[in-house]
Amino acid sequence: MSRLKSTRTAICTLALLLTGSALSSAQAAGTLTIATVNNGDMIVMRQLSQEFEKAHPDIHLNWVTLEENVLRQRVTTDIAMKTGQFDVVTIGNYEVPIWAKQGWLTEIKPDAAYDVNDILPSVRDSLTADGKLYALPFYAESVMTYYRKDLFQKAGLTMPDAPTYDQIRQFADRITDKTNQVYGICLRGKPGWGENMAYVSSLANTFGAQWFDMSWKPTLTSDAWKATLNWYVSALKADGPPGATSNGFNENLALFASGHCGIWIDSTVAGGLLFDPKQSQVADKVGFAPAPKGPYGKGPTWLWSWSLAVPVSSHQSADAQTFITWATSKDYVKLVAAQKGWVAVPAGTRASTYAAPEYAKAAPFASFVLNAIKTADPNGPTAQPRPYTGAQFVGIPEFQAIGTQVGQTVAATLSDQMTVDQALTSAQTSITRALRQSGRAR
Amino acid sequence: MALKTKTSTRIGVTILAWGIALWLFFPIFWMILTSFKSDVQAISSPPKLVFMPTLSSYAEVFERASYWHFALNTMIVSVGATAIAIALAVPAAYSMAFMPSKRTRSTLLWMLSTRMLPPVGVLVPIYLLARNTHLLDTCTGLAIVDMLTNLPIIVWMLYTFFREVPAPILEAGRMDGATRWQEMTMVLLPLALPGIASTALLSLILCWNEAFWSLNLTSSNAAPLTAFIASFSSPEGLFFGKLSAASTLAVAPILIFGWISQKQLVRGLTFGAVK
Amino acid sequence: MQAVFEHSPPAGATARSTKRTGFLLLSPSVLILLVWSIVPLVMTLWYSVQNYNLVDPTLHGFAGIDNYWYLLTDPDFLHALLNTFVLVAGVLLISVGGGTLLAVLYDQEFFGRGIARIMVISPFFIMPTVSALLWKNLMLHPIYGVYSAMMRAVGLTPIDWLARFPLMTVMMIVAWEWLPFAVLILLTAVQSLDGEQREAARMDGAGPIARFRYIILPHLGRAISVVVMIETIYLLTIFAEISVTTAGGPGVASTNLPYLIYSRALLQFDVGGASAGGVVAIVIANIVAIFLVRAVARNLEA
Repeated sequence: MSRLKSTRTAICTLALLLTGSALSSAQAAGTLTIATVNNGDMIVMRQLSQEFEKAHPDIHLNWVTLEENVLRQRVTTDIAMKTGQFDVVTIGNYEVPIWAKQGWLTEIKPDAAYDVNDILPSVRDSLTADGKLYALPFYAESVMTYYRKDLFQKAGLTMPDAPTYDQIRQFADRITDKTNQVYGICLRGKPGWGENMAYVSSLANTFGAQWFDMSWKPTLTSDAWKATLNWYVSALKADGPPGATSNGFNENLALFASGHCGIWIDSTVAGGLLFDPKQSQVADKVGFAPAPKGPYGKGPTWLWSWSLAVPVSSHQSADAQTFITWATSKDYVKLVAAQKGWVAVPAGTRASTYAAPEYAKAAPFASFVLNAIKTADPNGPTAQPRPYTGAQFVGIPEFQAIGTQVGQTVAATLSDQMTVDQALTSAQTSITRALRQSGRAR
Repeated sequence: MALKTKTSTRIGVTILAWGIALWLFFPIFWMILTSFKSDVQAISSPPKLVFMPTLSSYAEVFERASYWHFALNTMIVSVGATAIAIALAVPAAYSMAFMPSKRTRSTLLWMLSTRMLPPVGVLVPIYLLARNTHLLDTCTGLAIVDMLTNLPIIVWMLYTFFREVPAPILEAGRMDGATRWQEMTMVLLPLALPGIASTALLSLILCWNEAFWSLNLTSSNAAPLTAFIASFSSPEGLFFGKLSAASTLAVAPILIFGWISQKQLVRGLTFGAVK
Repeated sequence: MQAVFEHSPPAGATARSTKRTGFLLLSPSVLILLVWSIVPLVMTLWYSVQNYNLVDPTLHGFAGIDNYWYLLTDPDFLHALLNTFVLVAGVLLISVGGGTLLAVLYDQEFFGRGIARIMVISPFFIMPTVSALLWKNLMLHPIYGVYSAMMRAVGLTPIDWLARFPLMTVMMIVAWEWLPFAVLILLTAVQSLDGEQREAARMDGAGPIARFRYIILPHLGRAISVVVMIETIYLLTIFAEISVTTAGGPGVASTNLPYLIYSRALLQFDVGGASAGGVVAIVIANIVAIFLVRAVARNLEA
């Protein structure tokens, strides 16, 4: 410990040299530091937060906006080491239960006016641990199919009300027109547990595959996983855009919005962006359908919510709760509607949003998204019993590393470095290792 | 005849040199060009060279992030780190160059090997130290880390410059009764100034562009331009215009600074090549 | 240069005082570097034998060599090690080889030389994150990228660079950043070459290749050592370029050692594992230091 102390003295002496340029690290009282992810809805929240500061003159807001991966690393380090740099953090329903179990998050108890029961039950449940609510959803998403109505019409195709993956593949083959840079199907291919593996996991669910059996033995070499990856790889190779291994949600959104994709299966949150003529060149040509079904057809379904939570290490817990209840309130939804239009309101969280006739009019996909999220059940049954929760992720801390590593292996099959069988065998081995290392399967 | 070959060689050299220069510079040119496009124009295929320039991407970038806050932090950190590093390195290099001992060489090599410390491996220790000393998210803390990562190279560079200074000149000064301090400040520093200036410039550039520590040791108060870029690197939807505008803003100060000081940089980086 | 060695060693009391002054002047730098390298190193060594995971505090206690065992027996470890060396060697080769040729080229008189030189060294001023984003999105993107548009314009199918040739593409991006640095230093060295020497060689009827081989190249030895030294130090710890462009993939095709440590340990906040990785990387860096840096240093002393 004395070594630490001498370092401190040394560093402090150095610090004195820098006094001229040093900025104070002390937080002014009443300043909330908010860590958010850099997506559209959060940017809007940041702009509209001036209204919050007007209503609460004693609370000043300080924003840290980062890309998803950087944000996750920063926030986790901060919270795990109880540094207390952040008063409000943006996290997903993957983190909430895990962090709540560690005692890192403050329980949220909104007042009656907030109307907690207005929050869609599936979303609320995903942010609840042991009957206590630990985060409030800013927006929530499930999965659906987007397609180009004009391309389908030209090819004489109609999208069924409940497509299957076999049908999707046939449609994609028909509308692919590589000379004009129109690719039949766009899917996430960028390696990462929250990128390609979010899609592949939910694909696996409906193909009857799953990550682990009840004894935490990985089941990646099952026939169902083979079928899953075979479908995924062959569809993307035959009808996908070049560079599929670099395409995550954002890249695919850009591709679809600029007219390069025929079909895209991804988060429901893309609807608001694809139907917005300012951001999309195909706004009047987008059709939508439910997520396709595979051979198993059932299984847990994709549910993600970007939510606001207050770390216990925050020194301004009360102010922080005031802010997050404001940012996820009914009034906030109305504020966005008034300033940015109904199509831009945060989707998927509140029943009252979907009850508003203006929203239904501005966003033709609204009722559809509502239905997808209402029926989303991340805890739904897989083909075999399973020890974990989550649909497009596995609700254990190790999944970030496991998912990303398997995500790389899957990407390697897309770029022909491995066959599907090799990839699954290698994934099986690496997961077994990772679980043994973390002590879960010791 | 001779003249003719000379002319044709010269034309060949001109074309080749310009061709390579344009090719290497092209990505930067394209980034600046794209920053004046809207997001929709930016992804048009094939890419457009002629278009109606717009400042909309810049407007959006400024609306989303307080650029000047980040730029100021980067400036404070880079200048501060460089200044301290030079202040520490000059005496050290002086001692190594003019009062060499048996251990000088191994000390120098050891210093350089500390620079090979892989940041990912020591993130947690450094983070803990910074937190316990309340240096997290301060310009001071980041400047210290940047200074320490660059110090070995700076000491080494100064050492090579100092060794170029002929010892008799210093000795002549000492004969006149100059103290060590006077010898260093009055005789050595003016002679080695071009080298010191180049070293400082190099250190400024390296600090400006350092990304790992600046992202991990700061959050808001001291967040530099590398954090600014991290908020534009992959946002939702079409982003090439915004990304280009933010990138241009992040590199513009150091790029312009580099262009201006380029001659000085070249003059100083002789590394004892002039003999 | 000779001057240093002719420095007459002062005798008696003056020698002792010189020694002390020398030590005093050197000590601040040595001291803080010592603190900077030893304290984290000791902490890293300590953590590397512990079970220490930020996200899972239930797991703690002495881990023995487990963390090292998991890293060293990782099937991807050797691959990452190889990639690290390929990346360092490749970039060094491109930047030193290309840098030497370009230095000679830009030493010639030609129209607009000043501006052309500025253009060539510009990439060195660009942040690694920005240059990676720039190349990935604006240049090499298979649909919107300029290079792809050019290939399409001449009737070729654009190449998906980051998927097909991930390591090579990362290498090219890094080389683009570091080539200008080599040009900068080597150009300075070429310029310092005595005009008379060159003229004499020309008079002797030496062709351009012979002049390059026998006059210029030997003169550049020291400058090349400088480039190799500084670049190696930075290239061993490349991270941002990989994380932005390929995230180490596809598979582990572009994973180097720092990235492997990040993806295996730090991504799940396994401090023990990351520390073991850090220790291994330090050992490797020091092996490199012994072999390469010493060879280079000898050249510098001469």
